[in-house]
Amino acid sequence: MSSDGSSNGSSNGSPTLTLDGKVVPFETGETLYEVARRHTSDVPTLCYDERLEAFGACRLCVVEIEGFRSPVASCTTHAAHGMNVQTKTEKLEKHRKTLMELVCSENPRGVEIDPMRGHASQEMTDLAQRYAVDGTRFEGAQSGQSHPDDPNPMILRDYDHCISCYRCVRVCAEQEGDYAISIANRGFQTQITTEFNGFLKGSECTFCGQCVQTCPTGALADNRALQHTREPGEVELTRSICPFCGVGCSVDIMSKGDKLVGVRPAMDGPANEGALCVKGQFGWEWVQHPERLKNPMVRKDGVLVEASWDEALDRAAEGFRRVRDTHGRHAIYGVASGRAPHESAFSVQKFIRAGFGTNQIDNCSRA
Amino acid sequence: MSNPLRDMEKPDAIFCIGTNMTEAHPVAAMRIKKALRRGAKLIVADPRKIPLAKKADVFLQLRVGTDVALLGAMAHVIVREGLVDENFIAKRTENFAALGEHLKEFTPEWAETITGVPAKDIEQAAIWYGEAANGAIFYTLGITEHICGVDNVQSLCNLVLLTGHIGREGTGINPMRGQNNVQGAGDCGALPNNYPGFQPVTDPANQAKFREAWGVEVDIEEGWTKVRALDECGKKIHAFLICGENTVVSDADRAHCEHALRSLDHMVVIDIFRTETADLADVILPATAWAETDGVFTNTERRPQRVRAAVPPPGVAKPDWWIIAQIAKRLGAPGFDYESPKEVFNELCELSPTYHGLDWDLVAEGRHHWPVPEKGHAGTPVLHIGEFPRGRGLFMTPSYRDPAETIDDDYPVWLTTGRRLAHYHTRTMTGRSVGTEYLVPEELVEVHPDDVADWGLEDGEFAVMSSRRGEVMVKVEATDKSPRGTVFCSFSFSEVPINALTGSGYDPITDTAELKVCPVRIERATTSV
Repeated sequence: MSSDGSSNGSSNGSPTLTLDGKVVPFETGETLYEVARRHTSDVPTLCYDERLEAFGACRLCVVEIEGFRSPVASCTTHAAHGMNVQTKTEKLEKHRKTLMELVCSENPRGVEIDPMRGHASQEMTDLAQRYAVDGTRFEGAQSGQSHPDDPNPMILRDYDHCISCYRCVRVCAEQEGDYAISIANRGFQTQITTEFNGFLKGSECTFCGQCVQTCPTGALADNRALQHTREPGEVELTRSICPFCGVGCSVDIMSKGDKLVGVRPAMDGPANEGALCVKGQFGWEWVQHPERLKNPMVRKDGVLVEASWDEALDRAAEGFRRVRDTHGRHAIYGVASGRAPHESAFSVQKFIRAGFGTNQIDNCSRA
Repeated sequence: MSNPLRDMEKPDAIFCIGTNMTEAHPVAAMRIKKALRRGAKLIVADPRKIPLAKKADVFLQLRVGTDVALLGAMAHVIVREGLVDENFIAKRTENFAALGEHLKEFTPEWAETITGVPAKDIEQAAIWYGEAANGAIFYTLGITEHICGVDNVQSLCNLVLLTGHIGREGTGINPMRGQNNVQGAGDCGALPNNYPGFQPVTDPANQAKFREAWGVEVDIEEGWTKVRALDECGKKIHAFLICGENTVVSDADRAHCEHALRSLDHMVVIDIFRTETADLADVILPATAWAETDGVFTNTERRPQRVRAAVPPPGVAKPDWWIIAQIAKRLGAPGFDYESPKEVFNELCELSPTYHGLDWDLVAEGRHHWPVPEKGHAGTPVLHIGEFPRGRGLFMTPSYRDPAETIDDDYPVWLTTGRRLAHYHTRTMTGRSVGTEYLVPEELVEVHPDDVADWGLEDGEFAVMSSRRGEVMVKVEATDKSPRGTVFCSFSFSEVPINALTGSGYDPITDTAELKVCPVRIERATTSV
């Protein structure tokens, strides 16, 4: 079915093809889906993730090519010079609608998916709406049995929604490189599973959450974020950087009003390109933990007690002044944090250098 | 890192030493796995059978603290086999003759007796790294947290200079920075010897620059490292300001550290939780945390990126810069009238040659790698193209020396410390998150199954582990991740304060503690905790 146009350039440089009646250029080696996506956002797909090898499982991205007898999956067909490609004919749309009816029939609990489940969780829901279908036309057998017994508190394994696009299996293998999950059986018996069909903890899974974020139906879901489904308000995303190691993964912090409700990897983050690890993905609940310090504290009669800002800052300053006056400027030492932002570290070193006239300053990198 | 993260997918030979990357920097490790699928060779050197070792083409399981011997032998083989880049050595290095002489005794057979790594594996590793069109080195604290940390780094630099694997895409010498903004803290001048932008404090020109910028007299001598300062607490040091560090749990030799902080006249801690360190303070000031603070982090590839507040802080917590400015103003220090983090960051850019072409708005999308010397500059993804900061690369000639303490009849087992995937440092954060706590709810000391049997221990039962400085109770996990005679623990759990044991010695140049080597004794616990 696939056609390789790699050797087929036009005489004046970059090769071209006709896409829905318009002549467009493309780069040798590109697939028809990649070319089409640049010019129209309308070609539907459920098994495609631009970071992964094209797979051709869902067949929704079919296009018609002049001279070809039947429609082909655009994600696995290379663009060739001179091709005449149609992406949105009545025949294609009818075909896609039938496919979506089949896909939706895999969801016995319906196609309304909580967007808290994951980054791509609305892809199926959106297409079901676009083609105005639900799962009622092809009722009957379904593949994928949910794994509600897995006690891990991070990844919900709700395979009732699984449509066998294998994005989770592929992201685990191709992106994360862990091969923790695989496909067992075929047809209605298809099941995404770990090596011994056990729980994720104890398998090769590192709980990076990439399977959750690429799942187009929410069958794999962020079970930490889902704890906040009932929190009132809309989810807002704030672009930031993960607070753990030095890789500097870009994240979108999810909040509802004043409540932190989750973290998502930024697909366009320069350091991580859509990936996170278990700490960055699931280790954020400390932020609004009840044990956070809420008020300044000062030691009185040997005991730390809560104080106002003015009282605590006066105490802090007075102690430094006393030590400077008694022991000299070099008797004061500052330790800046490798965890806090620049403005913190810069301020600490300036405080020590400009405030006291000493270079008695370091950060925590020697431990 | 000399090279950007994306370059990790491009080398033909990858040499990872002293980096448990899949656990400590998991997202960076993904790129190495991609390079391996492309056909790159992976050389892993580590005392433990870390997950990365299972993917290695050759795994050099060296005894803790013997990196100089291993790396010297690799350099020996590269020279012996004629795998040096003669053109690079001639044009860009100096002192090669001395190195050649120095390396003569570093035969792989000799190194085998020190490191325990078979000579043929050392040869294979050297040949793969030496032959590669593009070879890249990655390392972490397994290289630096030794009394010979500087020697270890210089030994790695020798490999780079011999082969010319530097200054090009897919090559380089790449320390993976451990904390989200530890690179940034150094960039900002939170160092006793450098102003912001790594400008030496002893250079009169720099002193004049900061005297003028801040309108104050500045110190003309270097300060002390924190390690030295802790030694002097109660003697020459009488006040500490600690910002966001759980010193008591994270630093070597807990008893010494606690004693030092307790002997201060005045101690102020700025933090987000009441840590073990905050408990010792005279004043605790509550800071805003990640997700509550606007600011900038610089990652391991020298990329400054914006962090943004999404939710309000608890109680009356305030950003660090605000808190510090309030104290400074009370002491009459000029130049602390900041009204936003943007003003603080822009002052840094103004004063730092590495950030001079950046400002708050320009780092919004994190497109630059420093140095960015002037506005309009695209940044510097790859360092050392054509020239090193000192001009020519200098071959150094470090010799092997034993760790500060070596095993003996009283302390016959090597302890090495490190991180686990699910927890971060002292667990102030990951210990308060449901998922990470589920994965690793308690500390375990990893012991080889044969040692478990030989030493009368039992898998899953408590043991007492002691060093010359202290003892801890810890549950035993039998695993062949540890080689015979070497055990592993993280320092994440306050209940198992592993740094009560460590602190046998410090690198004489950097004062970095030898956290990777500590002789211990392990005995079955008679009572459980």
